[in-house]
Amino acid sequence: MSYLPNILFIAALATAVAVFAKKVGRIRKNIRLGKDTDRSDRPSDRLQNMLRVAFGQSKMQARPIAGALHFIVYVSFLIINIEVLEIIMDGIFGTHRAFAPFLGKAYAPIISAFEVLAVLTVIAVLIFWWRRNMRKLDRFHKPEMKGWAFTDANNILYIELVLMFAFLNMNALEANFADAHHSFLISQYIAPLWSGASEWGLHFGERLFWWVHILGIFAFLNYLPYSKHFHIILAFPNTYYANLEAKGRFENNAAVTKEVALMMDPSADPFAAPAPDADAPIERFGAKDANDLSWANLLNAYTCTECGRCTSECPANLTGKKLSPRKIMMDTRDRIEEIGANIAANGAFLDDGKSLLGDYITNEELWACTSCNACVQACPVDIDPLNIIMKLRNFATMEESSAPGALNAMMTNVENNGAPWPFNQMDRANWINE
Amino acid sequence: MTTFQVPTLAQMTAEGKAPEVLFWVGCAGSFDDRAKKITKAMAKILHHTGISYAVLGTEEGCTGDPAKRAGNEFLFQMQAMMNIQVLNGYEVKHIVTTCPHCFNTLKNEYPELGGNYHVEHHSQFLNRLLKEGRLKIEGGSFKGKKITFHDPCYLGRANDEYEAPRALLEKLDVSLKEMRRCKQNGLCCGAGGAQMFKEAEKGTAEINHVRADEAMETGAEIVVAGCPFCNTMLTDGVKNREKEDQVQVLDLAEMIALAEDL
Repeated sequence: MSYLPNILFIAALATAVAVFAKKVGRIRKNIRLGKDTDRSDRPSDRLQNMLRVAFGQSKMQARPIAGALHFIVYVSFLIINIEVLEIIMDGIFGTHRAFAPFLGKAYAPIISAFEVLAVLTVIAVLIFWWRRNMRKLDRFHKPEMKGWAFTDANNILYIELVLMFAFLNMNALEANFADAHHSFLISQYIAPLWSGASEWGLHFGERLFWWVHILGIFAFLNYLPYSKHFHIILAFPNTYYANLEAKGRFENNAAVTKEVALMMDPSADPFAAPAPDADAPIERFGAKDANDLSWANLLNAYTCTECGRCTSECPANLTGKKLSPRKIMMDTRDRIEEIGANIAANGAFLDDGKSLLGDYITNEELWACTSCNACVQACPVDIDPLNIIMKLRNFATMEESSAPGALNAMMTNVENNGAPWPFNQMDRANWINE
Repeated sequence: MTTFQVPTLAQMTAEGKAPEVLFWVGCAGSFDDRAKKITKAMAKILHHTGISYAVLGTEEGCTGDPAKRAGNEFLFQMQAMMNIQVLNGYEVKHIVTTCPHCFNTLKNEYPELGGNYHVEHHSQFLNRLLKEGRLKIEGGSFKGKKITFHDPCYLGRANDEYEAPRALLEKLDVSLKEMRRCKQNGLCCGAGGAQMFKEAEKGTAEINHVRADEAMETGAEIVVAGCPFCNTMLTDGVKNREKEDQVQVLDLAEMIALAEDL
């Protein structure tokens, strides 16, 4: 009977980890629906980029207030997880504060430091809540932030408050125990609130908050993969696999290179027998649907935490156009989730008559982009919405010829006279003598 | 009309000479009336420094940048292959251009297709000449003038070059007033991604008007750009406020040519 809490705990832990792993496996599978792209080069640069951007939060600090608040929550998350490790040990082995004997005199200051972080986190979270719900920062209230996106953002804040509340009160109750061994910096001031409780009530309450805290963490873990908050995990691989090339360098399509080389080769035989792999299904140029994108694009989509820094810097969005880089990422994620669910339900993808371009992202959004890279620059976790936009444009132009008429005219000029305007190639050097 | 001969690469090659640098003029620089002035200013500077340079003239063609940004990878690569054939045929090693779009495409997108050159934007090139002592500029008429610099997206964010143009302006002794959004956070002029060639989608404002307003908020008498397209967009934005008599939009090359009275 005395082992019942241990057994319950181990069962809860195992369930939480197993359910989480299964869902993460599904997401991994969805990301792998994307086309291959090579991001295995320059491992040490990649590691550095990850350490700087994800671990060191370098791009977050472009906006000092949000950057500082986020840094508090982030550091406290990393550090308080050490405490979670202790809680897990206690839960499994039925110990109480398993680390205390090992840390000796250092234990109280360490837990006290965690408590300070917890209080700072509560303050930061309350300010975040205020910015989102009272101050109503513009970027949190764009059209794509209605419904679940908005609820999800607040849910995260509420969960964090509950976790911190349970953590502090667990310690505060214990401080009132008749045989209290520990007193910590913050909880000692909360302790008097519980001083009227009976010894049984104190012990019951302490256990209750202990369970609320750890079960809350398990719930939080399993909420993550359904939430924008999954960035706390994916920010690391996403920055590792980020594009390290100059932002102005747009990738050249290798299939097109082959065709152009063939066209420009005077000795190429147009009637030659097709290559042995000619029976392979013809790949479309660019991307129409989410699975035409690369796995890096899809990893980007799952990493997005919908902070909207991209959208708030986008010149098109700033001037009232429909384009929002954040929506590009959200649409991509929603669509690949839909495709993944479709495959899971039907064994293979069953045409649902929908596609990323058209049903999620409209032409009006697509053609408003100036390719200025402001969104890429703004993203604190190196997401690249522009790369997706360009792949969709590749499809729209090369497969559907649906580019705006003025652009078709421009392209005709380039084709005919080597300039985007209808001037004669032979007049190109006229400026010299004008 | 330039008072000196602008050599073409064909002429130079025929004379058995190879220039130190190829001046890539670009489509705007060749055909757009406003941008042609930038081209001429740059040619004057090149001539003035005595550096051995040449242009491609009628052998130059669009780099393919607007086609690629409009989604037409096929047309882009056709243009790229034609240009690479010409450039490699002349064994070009070093290119300077006044257009950040040409600069970006030649520098970043041509190498994979077989075009490997040392490519510089004119701000980088001129800054280097300054450092090497091959170009001298004095503040002259611009001394103390309030100016602001608009970072072209394809020079700035796309290629992380923010300092070269500012170093040149510093040499001109101007009083540089930065806009609230500058360098990494600079606002686009609205022309990139082939937007130059189409109407903007429906919105509440024009990007170039917003950007020109930001530039004028600094109190600058001169808005300096380093891109022929930004130049056009900002000039239009200044006209939108009917401020063309008070505020000039100039390219870096024009600033230097004017300061040196070329």
